[in-house]
Amino acid sequence: MKKVLLVVLIISASLQTTIAQKKFISKTAKISFYSKAPLEDIEAHNTKALSAFDAGSGQIEFSVLMKGFEFEKAKMQEHFNENYVESDKFPKAVFTGNIKNPGDLKLDKDGTFKAEISGTLTLHGVTKSQHVEAVFYVKNGFVTAVADFAIAVADYNIKIPSLVAEKISKSIKVVVNVASYQQR
Amino acid sequence: MIKRLVSYVMAMFLLLPAIGQESLLTEMEDSIPSREKVTAAFKSTRVINAHSVEMLHKGNLDFRILHRFGNVNDGVKEWFGLDNASMRMSFDYGLTNNLMIGIGRSTFRKELDYFLKARLLQQTTGPGAMPISLLVATGSTIWTESSDPYKTNITKRTAHYVQLIAGRKFNESFSLQLSPILLHRNLIEAWDTDNTIFAIGGGARYKVSKRIAFTIDYHHALNSLPSTNTDPLSVGVDIETGGHVFQLHFSNVVGMNERAYIAQTTDEFFKGDIRFGFNLSRIFKLGTKKK
Repeated sequence: MKKVLLVVLIISASLQTTIAQKKFISKTAKISFYSKAPLEDIEAHNTKALSAFDAGSGQIEFSVLMKGFEFEKAKMQEHFNENYVESDKFPKAVFTGNIKNPGDLKLDKDGTFKAEISGTLTLHGVTKSQHVEAVFYVKNGFVTAVADFAIAVADYNIKIPSLVAEKISKSIKVVVNVASYQQR
Repeated sequence: MIKRLVSYVMAMFLLLPAIGQESLLTEMEDSIPSREKVTAAFKSTRVINAHSVEMLHKGNLDFRILHRFGNVNDGVKEWFGLDNASMRMSFDYGLTNNLMIGIGRSTFRKELDYFLKARLLQQTTGPGAMPISLLVATGSTIWTESSDPYKTNITKRTAHYVQLIAGRKFNESFSLQLSPILLHRNLIEAWDTDNTIFAIGGGARYKVSKRIAFTIDYHHALNSLPSTNTDPLSVGVDIETGGHVFQLHFSNVVGMNERAYIAQTTDEFFKGDIRFGFNLSRIFKLGTKKK
């Protein structure tokens, strides 16, 4: 009996290591957003988002500092941080989700993999469920991923004053691009 | 014994998925330093009259229109001062994020002015944080009025200043700055005592909402100025819309350059010699690449 237990222990330990080997991280995930409104098109990019995913369990996460979003106009960036997302109070946005079909992602051969991810996005102190369709590319063992989705500004309690309503879209397109996940 | 072991192993298995549900990013986030610049201590590059600890960003052009109306206590005949206006128009430009220049002209004494402002220290947060921002501004004014009774030359018509601006954004709402200034005038009136004035300036802002802040701007000269001189004091409100900053205020100040407001303010704020004024700032981004 004790031997059996030992074997089970060893298996469980080795299981943990194989899961660990399937973990991928990136510190240079690029997150962009686009707002297209009648009077003004706004875009901002952040190339320092953190991302991690576990190919075994399908768990995937993103974390991005709001102050890291770079706009073309410095004043726009200031207003974004000060007046809209209130970066001092809510410094980061976090997405946590699960790939519905992680078993389909074959890491050992080249190819594309369409992933259905359901999870939650926390932004401006508000957490909402968010469904994302992403595409993973595997080439020579390197994993890249792209995704885009739209969020409604009102869902996250971000107020747009009527004075600038013609300049800021109520729906923001978010584009995620992870150029290279590193295995760890 | 065996039972205990079995339960132990079962507990381990139960723990496994729990470990899996833990955030994957926790360790990674801790490894990233949280040092950040503290920005937007003031809404604009001027508190009201004085330079603030804010700078224009590289490539930004700030077109400013400033008005100071007549005294409110002139009464209804002068429409509470609004019939008379003194103005200054200026263009400021950010050469880099830490260096800006500006040129302006005031109707008061038909004065031209220009300045250069540089950031020496930037307030930051996080480990090894810098507690304050420190800037230096230097500039000159040139009196261009042709009705000069002294028929003086261009040198006599200029005044120069250098100012240090030390400020801190204490929290999201409250920012405070101190700004000692050395002002030298090449020409002074007969009743003036010193060509060089040393003054201390103080400015603060308190944000009451995301887009509205109260401001105060005050200077006190340490020299003994003629008894007709008073300390320039302005209290106002900053209103920020999308692309503009409106600074509305009440003050005893007519002049809108450093020489004029420090050396030539004569109205007494607390005796009711108050005038309404506003600064309008519109920022344009220059040198944008077409995509």
